[in-house]
Amino acid sequence: MAVTHDLGPAGDMRAFVKPDVRGHGRVDFLVRGARCAGCISKIEKAVSALPGVTAARLNLSTGRLTVELDTAGGDARHVVVALDTLGYPATPFDPAAARVRADVEGRRLILCLAVAGFGAMNAMMFSVPIWAGLFGQELGPATRVLMMWMSAIVGAPCAVFAGMPFFESAWRSLRGGHANMDVPISVGVILTLVISFSETILRGRDAYFDAAVSLLFLLLVGRWLDHLLRGRARSAAADLLALQSPTAARLDAEGAEALVPLSEIRPGDQLRVRPGDRIPVDGVIEAGLAELDNSLLTGETTPVIIPQGGNCRAGALNLSGVLVLRAVAGSEDSALAAVARLVEAGAQSRSRYVRLADRAAAIYVPVVHAAALLTFCVGWMVGLGPREALIRAVAVLIVTCPCALGLAVPAVQIAATSRLFRRGILVKSGAALERLAEVDHVVLDKTGVLTEGRPELLDASPAIVARAALLARASRHPLAQAIARAAGEGPMAEDVVENPGQGVEGVIEGRTARLGRAGFVDAPESSGSESELWFGFVDGPKVRLRFADALRSDARATVDGLKARGLGVEILSGDLAGAVSVAADAAGVATWRAGLTPADKAAAIAALSGSHKVLMVGDGLNDAAALAGAHAGIAPGTALEASQNAADMVLTAPGLATILEAIDVARSARRRALENFGFAALYNLIAAPAAMLGLINPFVAALAMSGSSLVVTLNALRVGGRR
Amino acid sequence: MNIIFLLAPFSVALGLLAVAAFLWTLKKGQYDDFEGAAARILIEDEDTPD
Repeated sequence: MAVTHDLGPAGDMRAFVKPDVRGHGRVDFLVRGARCAGCISKIEKAVSALPGVTAARLNLSTGRLTVELDTAGGDARHVVVALDTLGYPATPFDPAAARVRADVEGRRLILCLAVAGFGAMNAMMFSVPIWAGLFGQELGPATRVLMMWMSAIVGAPCAVFAGMPFFESAWRSLRGGHANMDVPISVGVILTLVISFSETILRGRDAYFDAAVSLLFLLLVGRWLDHLLRGRARSAAADLLALQSPTAARLDAEGAEALVPLSEIRPGDQLRVRPGDRIPVDGVIEAGLAELDNSLLTGETTPVIIPQGGNCRAGALNLSGVLVLRAVAGSEDSALAAVARLVEAGAQSRSRYVRLADRAAAIYVPVVHAAALLTFCVGWMVGLGPREALIRAVAVLIVTCPCALGLAVPAVQIAATSRLFRRGILVKSGAALERLAEVDHVVLDKTGVLTEGRPELLDASPAIVARAALLARASRHPLAQAIARAAGEGPMAEDVVENPGQGVEGVIEGRTARLGRAGFVDAPESSGSESELWFGFVDGPKVRLRFADALRSDARATVDGLKARGLGVEILSGDLAGAVSVAADAAGVATWRAGLTPADKAAAIAALSGSHKVLMVGDGLNDAAALAGAHAGIAPGTALEASQNAADMVLTAPGLATILEAIDVARSARRRALENFGFAALYNLIAAPAAMLGLINPFVAALAMSGSSLVVTLNALRVGGRR
Repeated sequence: MNIIFLLAPFSVALGLLAVAAFLWTLKKGQYDDFEGAAARILIEDEDTPD
């Protein structure tokens, strides 16, 4: 339920305008629905033509529209209005969420990658004559040494520069008392450079400058892919969150309204909350009758009514009229903070997960180093001499270089996440994908996951619905909106007046009609239920309209699909037992528990984790701790910020069926990654003994290294799920 | 054979030029919006009379 910004006459978007160096203002919008060249020109032309706008540029890949205003204090409200009339809903970014973080690590990696690419190609250019010499072509010793020196002059500085990220990381991990994958890489590169220099000076035969740089180049490609993966998921996640109102309407002493970021709200501030918006911070109701929907907070589907002076909690949805509330807490101290602590505890247990690549490195590192050491010792003992023995040991280190291993996982994961991204699944990290593949038990939340999370009109005669809709279209109450949805587009009644918390009155065909609570409509009976409305003419019979939170259309198919994949399915809900039992039956889930608090849910997940790898799917604040504590967590795009943060994956497309796709792709990605490891192991089993026997020369090393990386990358592209 | 002393540094310089060109395109944001770049070529430019 993305909260839209209500641009009332008092709405103010100055909070979103960032001044730039030339004194102009800049606003970023997230525009939805732009797909083609026509959209670009339509949007840019319309926005640039607006008064006060100097330039507009749309990024089609990210959907971000950057608008330049001629003054830093400019008002960008009319931009949203203009985009809306064009048919592209747009939301301004929260300045905090959209803050462009200087991607220092990314810049460094790409610089190193460029230098390594240059070094590899140019050092190799001088290596080609040397390789030709290896195959009996005419190459005098003087020319060979000259080529080796040239190769050294180009290759060595590039290797040192491009290797710095690895050297630093290796040093950090060694000081921490353990060895990561960067340790063998660093040792290998440094030893290779040293031995190549000594061979060049001693006028020897083998110099591996080009091999050292191309090794780094291939490894940096893997690193860069991994970085890209994390960065893209992060920025897409930030986009999603930016859509969820990060601002609140604060009233000043004169009662004028200004939109301010949540972080600026202090206890004691007066805030206005429009119908359909969320309560921004914990507060006390000062004016207006509050009918609040707590479904994202507790999972309860029935709204609660809070009188003036009552407390309301951040995150609840305002269903009734305009409210004024006084903040009793800043956003950091709101009820949300308690949940955040639970989430943190859950996330800690998850951080103990060891990634596939690290598990492979733990085996790989000691084996390779032992093999190289063995080669040196045995070679020396059998009478090769220390120089030849050392060259062979270095050859072992080079050919067993972990570049295939370093590419194996990132290449697979970037292929898998790009695929999932196009299908509307946002994966936050590669580790999340690995964990999802291991899952064997799925826990579903009810409200907002299995069900739509909003009331739907139950069986009613179309004629009555069509008439009731004439009144219902005027209201933002969810029950009224359910009627409007059921009736479709249409006109509105005349003289419509909405009485907050009571109902809507209007004139239809010259007669006064009412839609609302039993008391408001003068209904003959009242069950007191919150999930019904009454409709009727003041002087005529009254009709009861009933509502229920409907099951998602693909819920049953998704549950069946999960079972077909051998996964156990269970429902944990905070709602009442009756409602949960109905939804569980309809979805075909046998195991369910109802009435759970957030802590209960987290505890249930922890208990299940003893025997299972649990996937949690939830959207509410009451699910956030469970999402963080489970082996893997998925949140729908309609979920609250806290839940999206706690989850590993966010569904940006409507519907549940994408969960199946995510599991299929994750499992396929795991298979591809394991195949890649298998291939790397096989390759090393052949290459390492060959290097020990002295069969490897610089040419063979260069060929084997790039060949194995190519095979691994091609295999990664085979990632796929069921279509 | 002496020509190699001229050609070798020259080729390295060409390589460096390519690296500089790549970093320049990167800094200019040419890789920020692939889809947009592909679509923009189709937009009619109304300023030029035809």
